[in-house]
Amino acid sequence: MDARITFTLNGKPQALTTDSERPLLEVLREDLHLTGAKYGCGEGECRACTVLLNGEPVPSCLTTVGEVRGQSVQTIEGLAQGETLHPVQEAFLKESAFQCGYCTPGMILGIVGVMQKNPQASEAEYREELQKHICRCGGYPKYRDIVSRIAGTGTVKARV
Amino acid sequence: MNHTDGEQAMEPALEYVSYDFALSRRDFVKATLGAGLLLVVPATAFAQQKESGQRRRSTFLGTGARNVAARIHFGVDGTITVLCGKVEGGQGARAELSQAAAEELRVPVERIQMLLADTSVVPDDGMTAGSGSTPRTVPAIRRGAATARNLLIEFACARWKAPRTDVEVRDGAAVHAGSHRSVSYADLARDGSAAKLLDASIPSNVALTPTQEWKVMGTPVSRPTGREIVTGVHRCPSDIARPGMLYGKILRPPAFHAELLSIDLAAAQAMPGVVVVRDGSFVGVAAANTQQARRAMEAIAPTAKWQMTTQPSSRELFDSLREHAEGGAPVNPFAAEVKTGKSLRREYHVPYIQHAPLEPRAAVAEWQGTQLTVWTGSQNPFGVRDELAQTFHMPEEQVRVVIPDFGAAFGGKHTGEYAVEAARLARVAGRPVSLRWTREEEFTWAYFRPAGVIEAEANLDDKGRIATWHFVNINSGPNAVETPYAVGKSDCLFVPSAPPLRHGSYRALAATANTFAREVFMDELAALAGADPLAFRRAHLEDARLRAVLDAAAEHFGWQAKSNAGIGLACGTEKGSYVAACVEIEIDRTDKVIRVKRVCEAFECGAIVNPANLRGQVQGAIIMGLGAALREEIEFENGRILNGSFREYRVPRLEDVPEIEIHLVNRPDLPSAGAGETPIIAVAPAIANAVFRATGARVSALPVRV
Repeated sequence: MDARITFTLNGKPQALTTDSERPLLEVLREDLHLTGAKYGCGEGECRACTVLLNGEPVPSCLTTVGEVRGQSVQTIEGLAQGETLHPVQEAFLKESAFQCGYCTPGMILGIVGVMQKNPQASEAEYREELQKHICRCGGYPKYRDIVSRIAGTGTVKARV
Repeated sequence: MNHTDGEQAMEPALEYVSYDFALSRRDFVKATLGAGLLLVVPATAFAQQKESGQRRRSTFLGTGARNVAARIHFGVDGTITVLCGKVEGGQGARAELSQAAAEELRVPVERIQMLLADTSVVPDDGMTAGSGSTPRTVPAIRRGAATARNLLIEFACARWKAPRTDVEVRDGAAVHAGSHRSVSYADLARDGSAAKLLDASIPSNVALTPTQEWKVMGTPVSRPTGREIVTGVHRCPSDIARPGMLYGKILRPPAFHAELLSIDLAAAQAMPGVVVVRDGSFVGVAAANTQQARRAMEAIAPTAKWQMTTQPSSRELFDSLREHAEGGAPVNPFAAEVKTGKSLRREYHVPYIQHAPLEPRAAVAEWQGTQLTVWTGSQNPFGVRDELAQTFHMPEEQVRVVIPDFGAAFGGKHTGEYAVEAARLARVAGRPVSLRWTREEEFTWAYFRPAGVIEAEANLDDKGRIATWHFVNINSGPNAVETPYAVGKSDCLFVPSAPPLRHGSYRALAATANTFAREVFMDELAALAGADPLAFRRAHLEDARLRAVLDAAAEHFGWQAKSNAGIGLACGTEKGSYVAACVEIEIDRTDKVIRVKRVCEAFECGAIVNPANLRGQVQGAIIMGLGAALREEIEFENGRILNGSFREYRVPRLEDVPEIEIHLVNRPDLPSAGAGETPIIAVAPAIANAVFRATGARVSALPVRV
């Protein structure tokens, strides 16, 4: 049943009328043309569809658009400030921490979510989040290296 | 003996899904667009049945560029666009091919715009498969670019009436040694003679820059589209949107080989805005969004009646493959010798596994009159074009296939049935249609790495050397079936069988299965000879390149110094590159879990073109290899996949990744070979050998279990 749904998307008010049971992922991609969140499994097992819901990384394939009514959603498209990349995006770019790049937006948002929630988060907390994400190309050592440099600092330390 | 060279050996027979839109159909296809609006599409718009085994026009190797203009476009504004039929699926082709062009054109790599895999403008460079881009396409791009550079020199010489020896090209311009005058590629493009000049064919023997003079090749150039990836703006095939586009769903049978007997489409046809297509066994819907398409499909799918076929299950897979081996399993021609002295006879099993690229198959199809454009993720752009042209009975010129950089393949995206399905829906809908397979569809209807039974038998002479070697691969393929070791007499064969599942290519193909079996068998023979596995291999290795990587891996790992029970090694060669891996494992006997603590791999693929990308490929292959070694196995029963989800089919995750050490052996004196595949082949046997050493229990199947 169609309903009018309003929420905050990447810091701006967003309103649309649609079936509130639709997965947020499909609404973002098909109605709002934000395709940074990717479909990988539809059951929350790969986290390629990760977005931040009130700052928390969630699988948007398992979140209905009705559930985000009145909430704040952030996607990868809203992470950089103009031309300035978020430090985690900058780290991924600098380290070429991607192969096919399909899991990358979800990986970055997963890390950013942990970081925003607690800038002092430990390496174990970052790894616990990354454990939920699948990178089929096997780029894990680079992600592990990046979070080891973020842990406890809330920013990305230079490589020693 | 089976022959392992040539195109046939590089790729297994691809099993195409041949849509048959003409056989059992009536004269028209009925479709409702919205409630009550009937579209009638003439039957001639769709395919006649293809003759079985009909050869497609495109080939594995492609035709390459006809002339310089077909390879490189020089803009009057200074832009340089290189046209190439290869695709980028994460393996790094875009960076590497840009390096090749930049090197020979003498321009910084940032100047190169690499236009990949749009069949309407790029040359057919063949499939992106078989580790072919580095050994074949990189030189092809270099020849085109070197020819263009020579044309610029000739152009400058003619303009200045200068001898060739006075002119050299640097930073994108021909420069006259005496006067410092210069003329750029853009100047050439602006000249009236440009079209004629660039029509020049590309000589196969044009001189290329010697390896020791490389400035761009051999350096760690990063992915040109990195910023688009980290900001989420890069559009993969499943991200492509077109005006007025609908989203499709296809009716899938409940089991393989099930025939559709009847279905009631009324419920979907009554839904506003839903397009319903039935053509023989093909049933699909398209709607304004995926939710509506899914609902429409859910409304009609339960009404379908199917003719089912009884099929084997994964439990009887290996018996079935052996039983159906073409001509029967071959006998050992050295049977008499095997009876003398120490001998071993073993059988190894390799299951079906899946590529599981993170982006499932996806295609967007758009018709404009008789012109069809499809955006899709495939390793075979021209093959997909031809598949579409044949299915819809059109000349290839009316089909354009565009492959945006996509979410990986690993050998799993060689065919184009999803492009056909999207085009079939779009034809009736009269609007563009995006079709994205679900993960379940991907796990079920994509193809699998072939399962195999491998029989091995050998005997040792009185000095503990291998006297005879008999090695038979049933079903999984001929790659790396020959032994790289120096043995007395050898008989290695591949025998096809009757596979119960649709199979096709995979990263390194049967080299994974054959290297697993051979290297595990080698450790068992070493034990029989009372020799150390490293020493036993070295005693049988005359191939200097393989020996070099084996020594490098063993040395960096510290093989000799380790008395640790949980260590294993393996080595192998495939597609012109060489690999050896040493691993250290821990076994939790209570939970029956094998934990890989450390992998030390040495790899050599001739002259290294891009060390950073190469390291990423080796690392990725090692991690993918861990999954195949320890967990991955497709289970099926009577035509149904039983573990078709990431929940049940566990691929490697962060905490599965051990300490990984990679040693790249650079050989600037040798031609560059591809590297996307071979680094995977030594991982599983090294782990199996570590389990054998730690437990004394021999390993005979993948995934390795304790």
